[in-house]
Amino acid sequence: MLLGPSLLVSAILFSLGVVGVLLRRNAIVIFMCIELMLNAVNLTFVALSQRIGIEGQVFVFFVMTVAAAEAAVGLAIVIALYRHRDTVNLQSINLLRG
Amino acid sequence: MNPLAGSAADWAGLAILLPFAGFLVNGALAFWRPKARRAVSLVGVGSVAAAFVVAVAVFLAVRAAPPAAPYVRSLWSWIPVGDLSVSAALQVDQLSVVMLLVVTGVSSLIHLFSVGYMHDDPGYARYFAYLNLFVTFMVVLVLGANFPVMFIGWEGVGLCSYLLIGFWFTEKEKADAGLKAFLVNRIGDVGFLIAMFLIFSHLGTLDFRETFARAPQGLAAGGGAVTAIALFLFMGCVGKSAQIPLYVWLPDAMAGPTPVSALIHAATMVTAGVYLVARTNLLFAMAPVASAVVAGVGALTALFAATIGLKQWDIKKVLAYSTVSQLGYMFVGVGVGAYAAGIFHLVTHAFFKALLFLGAGSVIHVMHQAYHHSHRHADAQDMRNMGGLAAYMPWTARTMWVATLAIAGIPPLAGFFSKDEILGAAFTRGASQPFYLLVWLFGIVAAFLTAFYMARLMLYTFHGPNRTGDLERPHLTEAPWIMTGPLVVLAALTIVGGAINLPEVGALQRWLTPLTAQSAAFLPDLAPTPGVAIALMAGAALIGAAGLWLATRMLKPEALVPPERSPQETGFARLLLEKYRVDELYDRVIVRPLLWLARVVLWKGVDAGVIDTAGVNGSAALARGLGWIGSRLQSGQVGTYVVFFVIGAIAVLAALLK
Repeated sequence: MLLGPSLLVSAILFSLGVVGVLLRRNAIVIFMCIELMLNAVNLTFVALSQRIGIEGQVFVFFVMTVAAAEAAVGLAIVIALYRHRDTVNLQSINLLRG
Repeated sequence: MNPLAGSAADWAGLAILLPFAGFLVNGALAFWRPKARRAVSLVGVGSVAAAFVVAVAVFLAVRAAPPAAPYVRSLWSWIPVGDLSVSAALQVDQLSVVMLLVVTGVSSLIHLFSVGYMHDDPGYARYFAYLNLFVTFMVVLVLGANFPVMFIGWEGVGLCSYLLIGFWFTEKEKADAGLKAFLVNRIGDVGFLIAMFLIFSHLGTLDFRETFARAPQGLAAGGGAVTAIALFLFMGCVGKSAQIPLYVWLPDAMAGPTPVSALIHAATMVTAGVYLVARTNLLFAMAPVASAVVAGVGALTALFAATIGLKQWDIKKVLAYSTVSQLGYMFVGVGVGAYAAGIFHLVTHAFFKALLFLGAGSVIHVMHQAYHHSHRHADAQDMRNMGGLAAYMPWTARTMWVATLAIAGIPPLAGFFSKDEILGAAFTRGASQPFYLLVWLFGIVAAFLTAFYMARLMLYTFHGPNRTGDLERPHLTEAPWIMTGPLVVLAALTIVGGAINLPEVGALQRWLTPLTAQSAAFLPDLAPTPGVAIALMAGAALIGAAGLWLATRMLKPEALVPPERSPQETGFARLLLEKYRVDELYDRVIVRPLLWLARVVLWKGVDAGVIDTAGVNGSAALARGLGWIGSRLQSGQVGTYVVFFVIGAIAVLAALLK
């Protein structure tokens, strides 16, 4: 039931996230795009669980937990970065340049 | 079962071990107790004398039960590789025992002489260590039962020769002389090695017995293979035994202490080439062309070196060219196929040439001491500084006259018989092959010149007015007994040495027959008819006497002046004094082009140009360039990395879904 449209929405969300990560320069926006990709995956899990079983829905809770932890660490890094460099523009952060 | 099994011949290896132990002890003393002269002398002389005792015991065993085939004692398997199997084996037979006696006997006397000669040298222990090591390797060379073992000895004596020529290595020209000897010998050694490879590839063995057993079937007599083998073997001999064109190292080798010249560069090592030809006589007999080359080179060297000897002023240089010339005689002997005669001359030459060198050493020793007392720096080896020494050194003069008469071929001394036998064989062979008549003619002329230059040496050194300064004269005395003793023993051997192979009796000839019998089938009969033999003998004696007589009439020792006031030589005499400028020729034609090749082409061109620039720096630049390209990707922009990451992920997905 509605598997195809659900997966299509999920793919569109994931692609938006990828394009956002590739094109945006603000670290927080990139961060949000990553969340977008995670949630696109969550949608896939849920959509597929009606065919395969309950495991997909269970897994979504794990992903949400990890995403919450990751958000905490990621935001902390962004704040530390801002304190250090007075910017969250990733293009001006290229210390590892060869 | 060989009759020598279980006899003293089993212990022949002791003649190697004893001098080697002497080398180890003296080497240790040279490091830790260089002042312990008494111990060094005892060990140095004692070990070699003990080796001589072993040699005598082995000789008596061989005489008691003459073996028909060589007695080989294999000690251990040395190089077992596939088809090649070389064992560390010693061989006792009639030839090796003769060489063993000569080597250890003459070495003992020269070691004894060295105790006196080197007495005040700071390198006393080092000297005896080297000398003991030399005897070790020489005995290995003589006793080796296959080519590789012999080659070990061959190279070992070359090493000791190098060490002893450059014994006083702080003087550059002496170190250079050692280097020259070493390098020139390498050229010959390449020939020896190639000969070994050829023997193995054709006969599948390097063992002497096996080689000679297989050669008649495995090689065509007179064919290309056996000729090549013989010629390459002879190339080794040319280097080691100082024949044209590689003789140039031997006169320079006189830079070493005089007993070394007597032992290594006159009596033993330089005769190794003659021994090698006599040892492989079957191969040479099967290759008549190679034998003719041996005889021809020998005759040419005999004459050529004798002419140079006519004009040298350095007493040791005269003897050096004399040695080159006499080695030429030996090669004439083994080249015409008279192997016993060649070995006979080797033995007698070892006696009288060692005596001459030791006599010269005694003279140089005394001259040197006199200059030491007077604090004058003059050449203690230049005959123009000597003269009239017979009055001060009667025993040296007497014994050296014995040797001079022997080398000049005056009967009944040893040199007369041995030289006559060689020339007789050459003459007899000349009847059917006129080439050997030319060889004989060269030999006769060289014999005349030999008598002349030796008489010149004796007259200028021991007779006429004394040309040392007034300050030196009171210090001229006879050398101590430890030096004159060996001279007297060698003089006695020189007088009676001819008895080992008298004409018609031919004791040595019969003694060596088991080893030369195989080659007799390939050779004509070399014994001259009795009438011819007597005529040749009388002729040879007359030629020698004429040389001596002419020298006493032509040369005026009274007219000699010390070197600094001597007039310039002109014309041919100058060419002789400058040794035909062969060294200069080699320098221009070989040494300098080689150095140019090494410096300009190989160093600046190949090494600096190709290897350094293209190879070393080139590969570094390539790595750096690739690294630079790689580092352009490393932008530090996380976004860029993610682009690649996504592209990669899509590519993998596409590949998986296909």
